[in-house]
Amino acid sequence: MSGAFCHIAGVGLLGPGLPGWAASIPVLSGAAPWVPAETVLPPPPLLPPTERRRAGAVTRLALAAATEASAGLDAAALDTVFASSNGDGATLGAILEALTAEGSDVSPTQFHNSVHNAAAGYWGIGTHSMRPSVSLGGHDDVLPLGLLQAAAQCAAWGRPVLFCAYDAPLPPPLDACHPAAFPFAMALVLRPGREGGLAGLRLWHQAEDCAAPATRGALGEALEDGNPVARALPMLEALAAGRPADLCWPLLDGGAVCAALSPC
Amino acid sequence: MTASAPFPPLAVTAFTAVSAIGRGLAATRAALHQRQSGLSAAAKEDGVPGAWIGRVAGLEAVALPPELAAFQCRNNALAEMALATDGFAGAVVAARERHGASRIAVLLGTSTAGIAETEAAYRGRAPGEAALPAGFHYATTHDLHALPRFVRRRLGLAGPALCVSTACTSGARTVLEAAALLRAGLCDAVVAGGVDTLCRMTLRGFASLALLSEGPSRPCAADRNGISIGEAAGFLLLERDPAPGALAVLGAGASSDGHHMSSPHPEGLGAVLAMRAALDSAGLPPEAIGYINLHGTGTRANDAMEDRAVSQLFGAGVPCSSTKGWTGHTLGASGALEAVIAALCLEDGLIPGCLGVEAADPDFTSDIATGNRAAPLARVLSNSFGFGGSNCSLILGRA
Repeated sequence: MSGAFCHIAGVGLLGPGLPGWAASIPVLSGAAPWVPAETVLPPPPLLPPTERRRAGAVTRLALAAATEASAGLDAAALDTVFASSNGDGATLGAILEALTAEGSDVSPTQFHNSVHNAAAGYWGIGTHSMRPSVSLGGHDDVLPLGLLQAAAQCAAWGRPVLFCAYDAPLPPPLDACHPAAFPFAMALVLRPGREGGLAGLRLWHQAEDCAAPATRGALGEALEDGNPVARALPMLEALAAGRPADLCWPLLDGGAVCAALSPC
Repeated sequence: MTASAPFPPLAVTAFTAVSAIGRGLAATRAALHQRQSGLSAAAKEDGVPGAWIGRVAGLEAVALPPELAAFQCRNNALAEMALATDGFAGAVVAARERHGASRIAVLLGTSTAGIAETEAAYRGRAPGEAALPAGFHYATTHDLHALPRFVRRRLGLAGPALCVSTACTSGARTVLEAAALLRAGLCDAVVAGGVDTLCRMTLRGFASLALLSEGPSRPCAADRNGISIGEAAGFLLLERDPAPGALAVLGAGASSDGHHMSSPHPEGLGAVLAMRAALDSAGLPPEAIGYINLHGTGTRANDAMEDRAVSQLFGAGVPCSSTKGWTGHTLGASGALEAVIAALCLEDGLIPGCLGVEAADPDFTSDIATGNRAAPLARVLSNSFGFGGSNCSLILGRA
């Protein structure tokens, strides 16, 4: 069978009414109802106080999911793939306003925080990791494409990979250009071997379109269209319920990323 | 910091670059041999008095095909110009015949994509108006994904399109990510590289950090005082199993500093790890490298750090230089542009000594070339480092 195969060995999650992977398993598996609530961003315990002050809300969002997924593992030993469509929109918006306002200067801290790999940079500082890290964009396809690349890395190099996808709404007036309703982040630790794994995951890209899923649950109906990263929900629901799933994410310009999830 | 699995050598079956020193390989090669810089003083409206930049001439006149008009922006215009150069698009069409459109991925790096369009949209608002003009296409210009989407559609490809954005390592890093896709069997060829274009955000952002050079950037000079920002596109068509003697990427390595967002690790620890990983992935000792194309931005901190890192691994035994005195620092494109320059250096046996530098910083201990040297080169190592503590090294040579 073709595709990149790996095992899921850790999960992190943060979204509206989903305050962490472990805390959300009852909701994701259908054992408890989903109760809407704002996404609460915890302060990042990883970072020293100076860096904590500099890191923006989007970085806190990413690090929360990444920290939960890698709990109990040697975080500094993981290669990382960070994926976000918008990156740090608040910082970008502030710079764009400064560039437009007469006599206004760009803030140096905002400028270095504006790079798309800012969250990855803070992860490296916080975990003292010197492992390779890549940051990807992907607009509305950022979740499936980022996951595909993370699985490719894991399969190609035979090393564990932390995948972290995160997105937060852009500030006005950019919010009208790429609407998002709430912040959402998810992270997976992918391993080449199955020891300690929750599920096997095979991923591939196909040029053929895939049909939209027949039905969505209440959770999917409420959240999937509100943030590009929330497209992970069908996979997370299957993972939480411990059931196998064939997943398919249609892409913007046609074709799809497909996944087969098989619980260990 | 190496991958556990060895790096599979990648055939570079086509390549091209466009930068301030010219459009395509012949112009780039001529500028390197004749030591002709592409840098010029920034215009008043760039808002960075005293700074020099590496601008690509003629971009304003490049129109995208009508069906892709929504992608029109300076960054995609530069991509379009480069695809039409050195027969690159034709080589991709030939690869499409060999592998099928669905088996070719597009994996491109950029730091700011078409953000100049957003800057213009902000400026174009009437006083008191918050909303951006109706004709502004965010998804197909500003969004990072706009670049690989445009190139994929322009080339008629149907494999995955991915965008790497790791600041100034973006272009180099696409080569390592391409290797992962190929090794995992997810595709049979990859259009890799990077495109970044001049915009106010990067010019004024680097100015805010006091990192822009007064006058043209002079990497490795004792009195160097910063960066000249440039713009460029570099494309490489990568496939498996290079024929013996063919141009190839022999190794690649990456690391993170885990130290600071915008300052490199002072001892260059992350840089050493990336170079070491590239050597290990290729199964090569340091002495197998004939020339190192430095990241060499021209800032005090980067060049000093990089000299220490290079000296630690290579001693004074390998000639080094930065070509950013020619092209400026082309940010997310620099790793791709400099991989193309590395390929030209290999083909021509050329070590292009740092431009505008009479003598290297006397505190440096590596062998910094300040004039052009001729030498047979079997392998060239190219360094890229970036904000967020991102490091990537590539080794080009012959399979």
